[in-house]
Amino acid sequence: MNSLLNSYFVKTHKLEISITIIAIVLFLIYFLGAPHVFTRFPIYRAFMQSMPFFGIIAISATFVVTLGEIDLSFPSIVGITSLIFGIIMTSTDGNFFIAFILATSLGMFAGLVNGLLVTKIGIPSIVATIGTLFFWRGLVNVISQGSGIAIVDVADGTWHHMIFVEKLFGKIPMQFIWFIVLTGLMQWVYRYHKFGNHIHFVGDNKASAQMMGINVDNVKIIAFVQLGFFSALAGIFTMYEMLYFWPTQGEGLMLTTLAAVFVGGTSVFGGKGTIFGTFIGVLIIGSLESGIVALGLSGFYVKFINGLMITVAVTVYALIQRRKN
Amino acid sequence: MAEELLKLQNIYKNFGNVKVLKDVNIKINKGEVVALIGDNGAGKSTLIKVITGVHSPNSGKVFFKEKEVQIKSVAQSRKMGIEAVYQERALCDQQELYRNIFAGREITNSFGFLDIKKQRKEAEKILRDYIGFTSKAITVDSQVMGLSGGEKQGVAFGRSLYFNSDLIVLDEPTMGLSIQETEKVLNFVKGLKNENKSAIFIDHNIIHVYGAADRFIILDRGEVVGEFNKEDISREELVQKMIQLHESGKIKVED
Repeated sequence: MNSLLNSYFVKTHKLEISITIIAIVLFLIYFLGAPHVFTRFPIYRAFMQSMPFFGIIAISATFVVTLGEIDLSFPSIVGITSLIFGIIMTSTDGNFFIAFILATSLGMFAGLVNGLLVTKIGIPSIVATIGTLFFWRGLVNVISQGSGIAIVDVADGTWHHMIFVEKLFGKIPMQFIWFIVLTGLMQWVYRYHKFGNHIHFVGDNKASAQMMGINVDNVKIIAFVQLGFFSALAGIFTMYEMLYFWPTQGEGLMLTTLAAVFVGGTSVFGGKGTIFGTFIGVLIIGSLESGIVALGLSGFYVKFINGLMITVAVTVYALIQRRKN
Repeated sequence: MAEELLKLQNIYKNFGNVKVLKDVNIKINKGEVVALIGDNGAGKSTLIKVITGVHSPNSGKVFFKEKEVQIKSVAQSRKMGIEAVYQERALCDQQELYRNIFAGREITNSFGFLDIKKQRKEAEKILRDYIGFTSKAITVDSQVMGLSGGEKQGVAFGRSLYFNSDLIVLDEPTMGLSIQETEKVLNFVKGLKNENKSAIFIDHNIIHVYGAADRFIILDRGEVVGEFNKEDISREELVQKMIQLHESGKIKVED
C-alpha cells in the first residue's frame, strides 16, 4: 500500500486522483440516497445526453484557463454560431457542410477577435470577453429579432443528425461518444503536443516563456480560436438535440462550464491544469442538479450547492498551491 | 589577430519616446568573455535582448561571424548559435525539468507531438554530464520550483552547453547565489574560454566581473562610455571609474 502511494504515477497525479475520489463519493451519496433513481439506466442516459453540451466547451476552456486567461464570451459565441447554423441549414435545404463550415469559421473568428483584443490591444481577457459576450448576444438579438428557428424539417432523420445525437445501440447518445473522443484527443494535445506544452509555459510565466523563444501572443490567440471553434461545435450539437434555435441559446452555460474547469483542478493562476480533471468536473457539475433533486432536496439548493463546490474547490487548490511555494 | 564573432554597429533602440540605446558599437571575439557594466537603466538588459532576439533594434547593423544578420526572434538567434542564460527567470517554476530544458525547441515528430522519451533521456544526460547533479532528489521530472538558485542556474548553463552555442549571454548570473554557487558560476564562465566559446555577461558585482572577464564595456544611459582590456586596468581602477561615472556622469579619459 505504501509503495503504491509513493509510486511515480500517484505522485504526479495527486490532483486527478483526489478529484476522482470526490466524484466517486458524490455518486455513492446519490446511489445510497436515491437508489430508485441511480440503480436504473435512464438517469445515466440523461447525463450522457446533457453533459457533452457544456463538457466540450469546458475541455477546450481548460486551455485558456491554463494560460491564466479567461473567456466569458463563449455563451454568446454558442448563440451566434447556432443562429448562423440554423439560418444556413434552413436556407440551403439542409446543406450540412456549408452550415457546419460557416458556423465553426464564425466561432473561430469570434475567438480570433478575443485573442487579438487580449494580445495586440492588451485588454485583460476578463474585460475584453465581457465586451464580446454582450456584442455577440446583441447581434443574435438583432438578427433573429427575438424569434427562434426550427431545423426539424431539414435535420431530423439525416445522417448528420444520426452521427451527432442519435443513440448508439439504442442506448448511448452519440454526443457522449464524441465528448469522450474529444476529451482523449485534447488531453493528448494538452500534455504531449508542442502547443499544449507552450500553453503551460505561457501560463506559468509569460516573460520566461518569451525568453525561451515561445511566441506568447500566437499561443494565446490560438487558444482563444480553438475555444471559439469548440463553442460553435457545442452549439451545433445542441441544435441537433433540440432541432430548434432559440435566441437565448447558450446563456446558461457560463456557470457550469467554468465551474467544471475550476472544480476539475486547473489552477486559477495558470501554468497547471488537467483535462482529465475537467472531465471529472463535468461529471460532478453536470450531475448535481438531478442528484440534488433525486435526493429529495428542492431545486432551490442546486445553485447553492454548486456555488459551495466551486468556492471550496478553488480555495483548497489555492491553499495547496501556496503551500508548495 | 583574434577572430571576430559578433559586432554591433550604430545600434539604436527606442521604447516610445525613450531612447534606451544610442549609437552602440561593440565587438566580441571568439573565445572572449566580455562584461557589460553600468548602472540600472544604462541599457545593459536591452542590449543583450537585442543580441538574443527578444527586441529588434530601431536602426543599426548586427554582424555575426562577419556576416550581416537581422535577429528577429529568439528561435533565430539560438539557431545561429547564441544562447541566453537569464538568471532564474529563464525557467518556468511549475513545469518539469525535461520540459524546461527543451521549451521553445521541443523534440517533436512531424505532427508537432513531443518525443517525451527522447526529451527525458537527453535531459538526464544534461543533468548528469553537463551539470553534474548527483542528488537523487532532483530528477528530470522534478518541477523547477524545488530547486535552489544555483541549481536553476546550473540547469540554464547545462542547457546552453548542450545546444553547443558559440556565444553565451549571461544576465546577472550570480545574483541571489550563495558564495559557493557563485564560485561555480564564475568557474563555468572561465571554462567557456577553453572551449573557444565566447560570453557576454552583465553583473552588478565588479569583483565577480573582474575575475571572469577579459574586457569591460561600460554603458551609461544607453551609450558606451568606456572600454578596457583587463591587462590595462586593475580592479581598483575599474571600481574608481565606476564611482567617477556615478558621481560626475562621465568617465575621465586618460592618456
